[in-house]
Amino acid sequence: MAGLEVAILDYGAGNVASVAKAFNHLGADARLTSSAAELAAARAIVVPGVGHFSRTASIGPDLRTAIRAAIDRRVPVLGICLGLHWLSAGSSEAPDVRGIGVFRGACEPLHAAGSIKVPHVGWNSLEHTGRASRLLGGIDNASFAYFCHSYALAEAPDTTAISRHGQAVSAVVERHNVFGAQFHPEKSGAVGLRLLQNFLGIVAETR
Amino acid sequence: MLTRRLIACLDVSHGHVMKGVNFVDLKHAGDPVELARRYNDEGIDELVVLDISATLEGRLAFVDTVAAIARELFIPLTVGGGIRSIDDARAVIEAGADKVSINSAALQNPSLITEIAGRYGSQAVVVAIDTHHTAAGAEVVSRAGTAPTRLDPVTWAREAEARGAGEILLTSIDRDGTRSGFDCEITAAVSRAVRIPVIASGGAGSYDHFEEVFTAGCADAALGASVFHFQDHSVPDLKRWLSSRDIGVRPHWNFSKVV
Repeated sequence: MAGLEVAILDYGAGNVASVAKAFNHLGADARLTSSAAELAAARAIVVPGVGHFSRTASIGPDLRTAIRAAIDRRVPVLGICLGLHWLSAGSSEAPDVRGIGVFRGACEPLHAAGSIKVPHVGWNSLEHTGRASRLLGGIDNASFAYFCHSYALAEAPDTTAISRHGQAVSAVVERHNVFGAQFHPEKSGAVGLRLLQNFLGIVAETR
Repeated sequence: MLTRRLIACLDVSHGHVMKGVNFVDLKHAGDPVELARRYNDEGIDELVVLDISATLEGRLAFVDTVAAIARELFIPLTVGGGIRSIDDARAVIEAGADKVSINSAALQNPSLITEIAGRYGSQAVVVAIDTHHTAAGAEVVSRAGTAPTRLDPVTWAREAEARGAGEILLTSIDRDGTRSGFDCEITAAVSRAVRIPVIASGGAGSYDHFEEVFTAGCADAALGASVFHFQDHSVPDLKRWLSSRDIGVRPHWNFSKVV
């Protein structure tokens, strides 16, 4: 039996069902799973999530191995918010929990000061960094997306869009077949759906 | 830069959106799913849906309404009204809510804030605070505006933050449904006292009111019900006005451009 088009890792984090709902709305065969075998057979993997980084500790060794192997086989992988953090080296929010380390650096806390509040909650603009992007096709510079986080990855060579909230943070990162969005595409209206559609386009090309 | 959010609120009872004045005199304002779809298409930034039915039968119907709304929506959805336990929170989150709003139950049992935040994250917990003015100053009121608590809203907002709330939804009962303007004084006092975002609610009636609450009121978001339902103010027009007044809002982006 052919694997899922998009396997969405269910590891007990926040409202991950809305990610499946958004992919289904775009016509994709996407489903939540916590099975390493299903991840291994999928044509694409999404690591969703919102909340505390310690939650990613429940991504056990078998799931980790399956995702690592999929990345090495060039299967498209998308991390959203906490999922993106897990694709980096880790986060000072839970230093004992390690990320998978595709994106360099670890996530650091945002700083509240004056009118800059933390968590960073709401709609913020995406500033393209000018680096080649496959995820941002059709999404104009300065489009708005919905953010909800207290930790973030600093801008790095893989950053294709940043957002500013007191400081510049990575909003979209892309490295070969691995992608990350700090915001929630499943909650970012038309802009977010377009980003997910672009990811599905990458999945179709990767076949 | 982070924009100020415009939030539409649907008070739902037995499958209908209702709206009153000062928390009473309810009148019918439409079908929740239809209104949610309209607001989404118009570029509202977020939706709050509150259960104002008081019966078990109403409660069960409400969870179905939440699920029906969530299917239509690709923006954040907050659900509240009658959430008294982690199980109530789970029911609406499983139905598609991103955040739950808790009010009287948090006053009665503040550890509920920590419990829900521990399970779903602080970003999923909105603590709703209803206030009114008395001769002695602003006071928190519990049980849909019926039970005075003698608590100072600033003190309670700080405690809610310390216990794990991700946002404060601050409603002025004095202004609710009157369309006479937000209570900017209490909103600014609470907003300055906490690091988490504060949503101002109660009294929205004109474009100026929104401008005022985002400047003098220091609100991070503003919530309206009557002002949006009865269509005398459309969301895109309001956003254009706020932009012209140098208040950063998310511009309206045509939904049909994608799918």
